[in-house]
Amino acid sequence: MLRRIATVVTANIDGPLLAAAAALLGIGLAVLYSASGESVARVLSQFGNIGVALLVMWFAAKVPPNHMLRIALPAYLVGIALLIGVALFGEMSNGARRWLHIGVTRIQPSELMKIAIPLALAWFFHRNEGKLGIHHFAVSAVILLLPVGLIVRQPDLGTAILITASGFFVIFLAGLSWRIMLALAVGAVAAAPILWTLLQDYQRQRILTLIDPTQDRLGAGYHTIQSTIALGAGGLGGKGWLKGTQSHLDFLPERTTDFIFAVYSEEFGLIGNIVLILLFLALIARGLMITASAPTTFARLLAGAITLGFFTYAFVNMGMVSGILPVVGVPLPLISYGGTSLVTICLGFGILMSIQTHRKLVQT
Amino acid sequence: MPSAEIRNLPRELEIFRGRLLVAGLCIAALFLVLVGRFVHLQIIEHAHYNTLAESNRITIAPVAPSRGLILDRNGVELARNYSAYTLEITPNKVHDLEALIDELATVVDIAPKDRIRFRKLMLESKNFESLPIRSRLADEEVARFSVNRYRFPGVEIRARLFRQYPHRELTAPITGYIGRINAKDIEALEASGQTANYRGSDHIGKSGLERSYERNLHGTTGFEEVEIDAGGRAVRTLARTPPNSGDNLILSLDLKLQEIAWNAFGDRRGALVALEPSTGAILAFVSKPSFDANLFVDGIDQQSWDALNKSPARPMTNRPLQGQYPPGSTFKPFMALAGLATGKRTPQYTINDPGYFTLPGRSHRYRDWKKGGHGSVDLHRSLVVSCDTYYYGLANDLGVDAIHDYVGQFGFGTKTGIDLFGEMPGILPSTQWKLRRYQQKWFAGDTVSVGIGQGYNIATPLQLAHATAVIAAGGKVYRPRLVSHIQDARDRSLKPVAAELVRTVPIDPDHLRQVRSALVDVTRPGGTAAQAGSGAPYDFAGKTGTAQVVAMKQGERYDERLVPERHRDHAWFIAYAPAENPSIALVVLVENGGHGSSAAAPIARIVFDYWLLGNQPQSTQPQENTNP
Repeated sequence: MLRRIATVVTANIDGPLLAAAAALLGIGLAVLYSASGESVARVLSQFGNIGVALLVMWFAAKVPPNHMLRIALPAYLVGIALLIGVALFGEMSNGARRWLHIGVTRIQPSELMKIAIPLALAWFFHRNEGKLGIHHFAVSAVILLLPVGLIVRQPDLGTAILITASGFFVIFLAGLSWRIMLALAVGAVAAAPILWTLLQDYQRQRILTLIDPTQDRLGAGYHTIQSTIALGAGGLGGKGWLKGTQSHLDFLPERTTDFIFAVYSEEFGLIGNIVLILLFLALIARGLMITASAPTTFARLLAGAITLGFFTYAFVNMGMVSGILPVVGVPLPLISYGGTSLVTICLGFGILMSIQTHRKLVQT
Repeated sequence: MPSAEIRNLPRELEIFRGRLLVAGLCIAALFLVLVGRFVHLQIIEHAHYNTLAESNRITIAPVAPSRGLILDRNGVELARNYSAYTLEITPNKVHDLEALIDELATVVDIAPKDRIRFRKLMLESKNFESLPIRSRLADEEVARFSVNRYRFPGVEIRARLFRQYPHRELTAPITGYIGRINAKDIEALEASGQTANYRGSDHIGKSGLERSYERNLHGTTGFEEVEIDAGGRAVRTLARTPPNSGDNLILSLDLKLQEIAWNAFGDRRGALVALEPSTGAILAFVSKPSFDANLFVDGIDQQSWDALNKSPARPMTNRPLQGQYPPGSTFKPFMALAGLATGKRTPQYTINDPGYFTLPGRSHRYRDWKKGGHGSVDLHRSLVVSCDTYYYGLANDLGVDAIHDYVGQFGFGTKTGIDLFGEMPGILPSTQWKLRRYQQKWFAGDTVSVGIGQGYNIATPLQLAHATAVIAAGGKVYRPRLVSHIQDARDRSLKPVAAELVRTVPIDPDHLRQVRSALVDVTRPGGTAAQAGSGAPYDFAGKTGTAQVVAMKQGERYDERLVPERHRDHAWFIAYAPAENPSIALVVLVENGGHGSSAAAPIARIVFDYWLLGNQPQSTQPQENTNP
């Protein structure tokens, strides 16, 4: 009896993926305890978030990929509708309109789109597999850029860029010709001066600040200066858990969320950083393995987008905190405090697990 | 359960695998770059960053600049700064905000409205700012808090500069007010690249001159390198880039004149704008009733806000700038010039006025204000007695588009371009305008009422003053402005703001003389403003106007006593003085005041008596006169 329950519970869970994720989540809780000033309340709250996210992952893993295929397009359309809703009725907070009140809670549609767009694109290419022509790639560009445009308007340039990246991964994996990519790259470089003038002043400032943060020590440069100091001060082995001075002396803003990696680096040093990267690599490697052996075009593309997307968030956050990328508001997956990010990431993992475990059923 | 079909199309799979490999290699490479960066920071540069971390006890604090003052032409302060203490909380340093505020309330007075305002501020500000819960603390409160300060981590006393408007209602429409910076302001600052200059500033100009000259008034923010202790409090200043104070604004306004004009209204509502015809410099700018600008500086409380907004007297409306009313008979001098310029009328052309006008072939009577009419009327007389019939006919002969094209040159229907935001343009109708606005044809009947300044015709008091100044200046159109000099805060040097000649309306000197002499006779016996002009030791020119608020039906007569106050006509008077070489041109509007001659013209006389002779009024009794 107990064995039956155990089987049902673990049937669609992928061991290696879960193990890597669990290790990262554990590290996250430990760092959060330090970053939040030893607040048990904060850690418990995150624990709750993790619980919810794991539940979401479990449920997602149970859903067979062909069900996902069916809801791909509706999910995308709902997402678009919600984005329009935000543009019209959204709640203003900290100078941006990103949230929508629905009854008793509020949601952030751009988070939803992080999953809905790869779903929709994977569905689209799957539908037209074997006969992909250039016009399909053009349509896929529209599917991607429409919601991205709405998100840029919010304004949320950071999320928009990341979503564009994950959409691009699907299109890339689906076989966008190298020639077109080269042409786009050349075009982007050529258009860079024009794009520069199109950017708003504060966005230009962010990029300039990257090159010399001391130019705006109190503004955009502040985060970068403080986080690189925290990182560098960590040295080889770090200052030790709970002993980081930068974070505990209030010098580091956003230290429980976007900049939590700085706290980790200060306390665990280069060795800790390498361990973290290895764990991320393990997770990503497992994701790539799942991607390579997925049975259908839809599953392949979706798994690839999720895995590469995960890599992108991790890389962009760590790059921003270590000062090689401009400051965009992106959390470190599985480590930063926040329910929405956890749910989105774990939803992705659930889908990966579903793709992996439902595959066995098919190969009879 | 139906399973997904395996549709591994070989070629696509191969491409896919290849791409996946590329992606994998890129990931490895990028992680390597990241590790390289870590090695650089944590091994190679470790010593350097460690030092920085240790010496991160040094922080950069912005030093807010002192805001520029606003002064009248004689140096009287209309907006000034004074220093006072505020009690501020940094929300993200506090675990239980409500409990803290309750505790604080035992040491310092905190009213419910303070809490409400504080909560609102929290929504609008970024996370690590300190926000005031109480401002302008008395010395005793400062002392009590300081002694108890250890109980309240995250709470500080700050000395801040506050803005004050000593003349409150009198100058509110001119100075406007500053208020706390909110999310929308931050967006605008980011868009104009000004964010760095506003670090450490909490307030920004929201309306009036405070807003339109924000750049000058704000100044430049300075910076201080401060060493702080473990608790984050400043221990000493290590280096300092001082701020640059904002420039002072010197206005052409004369506060004494403003006050005299304000008092002349008594408890009636209205507007007055007086300016120099030769430069466009504004001498007086009255909107009554008005509001106390000081209420807004720290965030107005809900009660006062409701009271101001719901009052039927509309104290928040800047009447000279935004109040749009039918100009009434004050429109006639411009019509007269239009008639002469287009050749539709000569000074000799005379009509016989039976007291009404009808369009050819129609029966509707457009009535003159005088029952039975004015008899024989030429151009001169038409202005002196304000004959409606003459202008009904003239309007019909000109047609609305010719009126629009000629009179538009005097500034009707467009913003005057004064140095304030929020100006309304009024309406100078035309056939095109009506088509665009109502998708309707223009009817001849519409033109007739335009001729006496009614119908679709509406204007702001500022526009009327501006247009009057053009007649006074013989056709020169100057952009009206409030600021005459900008005073540099550092070296006290005065930089004049040049008068701007927008255009010159070509008026034949004979025509100008005709109309101007008629306007002078308006203030002499027989004219509609004779009472206001009687006994004046100088000559001045003017035109009364009475603008209808509610149209009378055919056959009805307007009896002021029977009409409720808010339906009574508005009283206008435009004027300039002295008649030769005028140095001041003005407009007076008394809302629902009744007749221009009895309600508005006497106010102009009081203003001229002060401005030209230096005489101050002993009493302000409105005169009884039934001529409009």
